[in-house]
Amino acid sequence: MASRTMNNSVPAAEERPAAGGRLRGLLARMPLHLVLLGFMLLWSLPTIALLVSSFRAPQEISASGWWTALTPPWDFTWNNYDAVLNQRGMGRAFINSLLITVPVTFLVLLVAAMAAYAFAWMQFPLRNTLFLVMVALLVVPLQMTLIPVLRLYTQLEIDAEMPIIGGRIFGTNSYAGIWIAHTAYGLPFAVYLLRNFFGALPRDLFESAYLDGASDVRVFFRIVLPLSMPALAALAIFQFLWVWNDLLVALILLGDPDMAPMTLRITNLVSSFGSQYQLLTAAAFVSMAVPLVIFFALQRYFVQGILAGAVKG
Amino acid sequence: MAGVTFEHVSKRFEDTTAVDDLTMVIPDREFLVLVGPSGCGKSTVLRMLAGLETITGGEVKIGDRVVNHVPAKDRDIAMVFQSYALYPHMSVYDNMAFSLTLKKMPKAEIKRKVHEAAELLGIEALLGRKPRQLSGGQRQRVALGRAIVRDPAVFLFDEPLSNLDAKLRVQTRAEITKLHQRLGTTFIYVTHDQVEAMTMATRIAVLSAGRLQQLGTPQEVYAEPTNVFVAGFIGSPATNFFRGVVRDEGEGMSIDTGDFKLRVNPGRQAPLKDYIGREVIAGVRPEHIHDAAYQPADTETDELDVQVDVTEMMGNESLLHLVAGQSKLLARVDPRTKARPGEPLRIAIDTTELMAFDPETELALR
Repeated sequence: MASRTMNNSVPAAEERPAAGGRLRGLLARMPLHLVLLGFMLLWSLPTIALLVSSFRAPQEISASGWWTALTPPWDFTWNNYDAVLNQRGMGRAFINSLLITVPVTFLVLLVAAMAAYAFAWMQFPLRNTLFLVMVALLVVPLQMTLIPVLRLYTQLEIDAEMPIIGGRIFGTNSYAGIWIAHTAYGLPFAVYLLRNFFGALPRDLFESAYLDGASDVRVFFRIVLPLSMPALAALAIFQFLWVWNDLLVALILLGDPDMAPMTLRITNLVSSFGSQYQLLTAAAFVSMAVPLVIFFALQRYFVQGILAGAVKG
Repeated sequence: MAGVTFEHVSKRFEDTTAVDDLTMVIPDREFLVLVGPSGCGKSTVLRMLAGLETITGGEVKIGDRVVNHVPAKDRDIAMVFQSYALYPHMSVYDNMAFSLTLKKMPKAEIKRKVHEAAELLGIEALLGRKPRQLSGGQRQRVALGRAIVRDPAVFLFDEPLSNLDAKLRVQTRAEITKLHQRLGTTFIYVTHDQVEAMTMATRIAVLSAGRLQQLGTPQEVYAEPTNVFVAGFIGSPATNFFRGVVRDEGEGMSIDTGDFKLRVNPGRQAPLKDYIGREVIAGVRPEHIHDAAYQPADTETDELDVQVDVTEMMGNESLLHLVAGQSKLLARVDPRTKARPGEPLRIAIDTTELMAFDPETELALR
């Protein structure tokens, strides 16, 4: 008889050590927790400093360190945020940032997932070579491509007004242009990440689905995408943050101030008003708000072991 | 419902041959078990039939239809995987309904079929759950249910019990046998476990190194193995083999291993006539070696003295590791045996069950 047996009974309830044991466990792990806490504080210190400063008046910022604000008398102010949000064009810049980032994130996920599925599970000639080329693109610095892309865009320019969102139809100062540029920059990593994730899905699931009569398209949408939520969510967060925080590509491809995203607008705050440090801190926080919301909305997918129960016990 | 035919089927992966010239006719309603050691090609045979593996040569037919180039989903088969391959993000109901939904079957009918299959398997209460909330045995049933709802012409099983614990495996074995009787469909079942093969099959196909060694009922492959491989693979513990020279002197025909002589039963002498003076491979199953003090009354035996090396008491029987000169024997004897390690013992070998094989071709002599 085969010796390969496996206990498949209902997953055992988490073991509960006695109260004394739990305390001992807690004490044993204390040093580790203290170290982790220390690192956490160290890492978040700059952000906390930024947050505190953004609520302080300009004269205070230049006169004393941010930590002095933590002791009474507290006199925090909304003025900086008022000033930033009411800055001419800041609202539009926020919308521009969304207009650039959301479609790019969506495009990258869709194209990368489809490509990754093909690379992982479909048979076609030169599959591995093409994948290798794709991965090799990871080493090409984005900066190297700016001038060629810019030249290409001027040649391919379609100089007509894009309805609803504005800008040109294509070329520089067009949303379509920056979408495609950002998508292309994001794809090598995205395909690489997803292919590895898809490739690790159990082969039996695909074979079972094929036997059940599912086509590749259906396997992709009904099996692969739902099972890959953790990877897709992770990628979505990364991609969103990269594009949201991008300054360089926007600076090159979007000269029109009406189309400028937050990053561009915040940089201009510095140059046009001299060193208005207090405004910068508030603007940085406004700019961080959206990524934070995205992160907290998707973070549960990181920890969710959605694959548990797929195969065996 | 349909039978399955393999005609000179082979499968090569680059330079290795996984399946070599397999010809096998599986009639409708048969429970065929493909058995063999790992890497013998049994799973490849199943996967070629399922359409998950291309066929390098020969023809595979389901019913009268050649399916070599028919896509898996159109072959009218269902497969139960070793890993169960349940869709983890779908409920048990959706898992079972998936293939029917793809066929665009009306919702009411899907519901009826799923409930019917669930009732048959006793998993109605689980329909709303996700696979991860199920135990191994329950997942196994869902995998069975997913196959049943499709009403396939042929059921394929790829080591479906390997991930269950020993007790559950015995229970599920019986249930699959019952299911076969109830559905009256062709079952093709792959396993490396010869106990599963013996207990479930109507016929067994023994494979080794990509070649079909023997195709027959469990009784046939046990009692009349065609070659040394089958004799050694089927039956547990494995058969004892000795090389010996056939002699025909005075008291009758015998096989002389150098350490001892085995008398050849008169009923088994005919095929050995050509081998007198030459070497053969003799095979004796452990259950056909008895403690001489407790041998069954109505058998023809040949007694000899050996040394006991190790004893393993199992309660209902005892396994004795015996030594006779350079030869080692394993015997499965009556538990009342007085055999003790290091002591001599008189054993009785059932001569009616003595097997003999050609030393070169390893084929049975009969």
